[in-house]
Amino acid sequence: MQTVQPRSLPLRLPRVRPGGVLPILLILAVLLVLVGIRQPDFLAPPSLMSFLGRSAPIILLAAGQYFVIVSGEFDLSVGSLVTAQVVVAARLIDSDPARTWPVVLLLLAFGALVGLVNGLVTTRLRVPSFITTLGMFLILVGAVYLWSDGAPKGGLSEEFRRFGRRAFEDVPLLGRVPYALLVLVVLAVAAVLLMRSDFGRTLVAVGDNPRTAELSGVRVWRTRTIAFILSGLAAAVAAILLGGYSGVSFQAGAGLEFGAITAVVLGGVALGGGRGAVVGAMLGALTLELLFALMNFYGVSGALRSTVQGGIILLAVAVSATRSSSR
Amino acid sequence: MAALAAVTVLSLAACATDEPAAGPSGSAPAAGSGTGEQSKFFVQADYDAELSLLSATATGPADKPWEQVLNPTMVDTAKFKKNGPHKICFSNAALNNPWRQVGFKTMQAEVEAQKSRIKEFVHVDAEGKDQKQIADINDLLGKGCDALIVSPNTTATLTPAVEAACQAGLPVVVFDRGVNTKCPVTFINPIGGYGFGHVGAEFVSQKMKPGGKVLALRILPGVDVLETRWSAAKVAFDKAKVDVVGVEFTDGDPAKTKKIVDDYIQRYGTIDGVWMDAGAVAVAAVEAFQDAGKPVPPMNGEDQLDFLKIWKDKKLTAIAPTYPTYQWRTPVIAALRILDGEQVSNPWKLPQPTVTQENLDQYLDPNMPPLHYAMCGCTDLPGYPQRWK
Repeated sequence: MQTVQPRSLPLRLPRVRPGGVLPILLILAVLLVLVGIRQPDFLAPPSLMSFLGRSAPIILLAAGQYFVIVSGEFDLSVGSLVTAQVVVAARLIDSDPARTWPVVLLLLAFGALVGLVNGLVTTRLRVPSFITTLGMFLILVGAVYLWSDGAPKGGLSEEFRRFGRRAFEDVPLLGRVPYALLVLVVLAVAAVLLMRSDFGRTLVAVGDNPRTAELSGVRVWRTRTIAFILSGLAAAVAAILLGGYSGVSFQAGAGLEFGAITAVVLGGVALGGGRGAVVGAMLGALTLELLFALMNFYGVSGALRSTVQGGIILLAVAVSATRSSSR
Repeated sequence: MAALAAVTVLSLAACATDEPAAGPSGSAPAAGSGTGEQSKFFVQADYDAELSLLSATATGPADKPWEQVLNPTMVDTAKFKKNGPHKICFSNAALNNPWRQVGFKTMQAEVEAQKSRIKEFVHVDAEGKDQKQIADINDLLGKGCDALIVSPNTTATLTPAVEAACQAGLPVVVFDRGVNTKCPVTFINPIGGYGFGHVGAEFVSQKMKPGGKVLALRILPGVDVLETRWSAAKVAFDKAKVDVVGVEFTDGDPAKTKKIVDDYIQRYGTIDGVWMDAGAVAVAAVEAFQDAGKPVPPMNGEDQLDFLKIWKDKKLTAIAPTYPTYQWRTPVIAALRILDGEQVSNPWKLPQPTVTQENLDQYLDPNMPPLHYAMCGCTDLPGYPQRWK
């Protein structure tokens, strides 16, 4: 006995909508099976939990990047923003635990400010976003070097580092639950709720067709600027987690902007905006990390990772381009 | 639009993630013991000489290793004798890492300690650029310096600039990295990279469980002082028939190091020994084991305080060969001796102490910052400890 309601679901799912999350779920499932064959231990709760904790920063960055991409723009500045945040945090905290919380707040404000500048330059000065954020990328790289004389100074307090390093121990069934994973879950739920709100629909509408959105009364510049601010905030949280995980590093954020964009594209989000789900973007990041883990188990050189990312981005964009032209 | 964007993204990625392309990846599986081909920087005679220096007795005051010399060969300096106080000039390769920061502060403190004899100390930082250092040395020659100290950025490129300085007639003292000319009055450095690499590798091979897996972490390829460290370690590992499962480049970055070590722990389940060519990322490697819930295997670090502290706190099985920062004191002392017409040794080989379990407490000062180097020989200098904090 089946009601009409559940039957309509399986009917709708096989018709893969552009921007849907089904393809990425399939890829993720295949990778999980492959990992399970090669390294069964990896799927045991403790190592799976720590894998999810380590992947939290890139997943958050993918969510941040999603907001910008779905609204029709790019944010290439997040990697250098993460590095800048980690270096700034180390210098300001200077191993003094009492400064942890003020610096955390300052980092969030700094991330939002960088996003605001990116957004305003893009929308008000009409500079294409990949030029704006490329400029911001270079400005931040240069500023960090200038400010630190090329060698990291200071240190992060243990209180600051625990967000990215520590975990709730002895949790029933799961063993160890990293704080980073909890931060991720909370923010992922928030991101999904945000995309279901009026703002989320407006954001997608702006990316789909800015002119129509404008004509129907949406302030496109404001919506896009908020998307950049969200990306900046995501970078700030990622920086707190990454700085916590690895300590003071000049390469804390190296290449992350590319990783985030690859993840978003892999998650079925259309470059150019208007299509795709934030869950897809986050699953894309998780899939990418799992793919790297699998490559590691097979002893593939870490140097090949950027090559693989490049291949993925070309393939994913090509697939989505064919699909949208046949729409 | 999307395609254009993708192209832009790709070209950006090419500049943002150029680390893997910067050097051949060490993770390429090598035949045999896993240590791969011997470095082309390896010179057997130098290796033998350095290993014999490790057990040589130094002449000079035992409590001042920066004034000590191993196997001294004295040279005459009477022709440089000059009445003081002097103007001493220093062309510095760079200040771009904590080792050089600590070293330079030590040198400044030495200058202050000798202030009755030094009327002016001119420091020019080449910021890690050969061309700037060549220009810097040239500029300094016109500034009326009584002696010139050079810490060369690279060996071959700076040789002509140092030769030009020698021809200008003032005494030249070179330290840390060398140049391909005998014209400086003296060349000051500690025993060197072979000694450093050998001490760490021998310790790890002896302390780890037999037949275990070793991970070797290197900063970057192609730099002589680092190549010698690795090539000596390779000899030691090959001799001990150790299974070196990976030789990886970290760029001296803790984030990258932690990721690499973590990857190896995941791939092999466990790693039984870690060797590294420089200690800056030792703590990141220790953390990778801690965070993976694995025991920290026998390993080497360097005399940076963050490592010495975690070594003591976590009771690690560790050793710390050093490339002592006290060598930054010696060029000032040497320059003043030369200007007095006193004989100095050329080359001036400084002892290169090792921090071991037995003398760890003597070097571990918990009040100093984590990136400070214990072997600074600076505790008797003006402004200690504040200047180094």
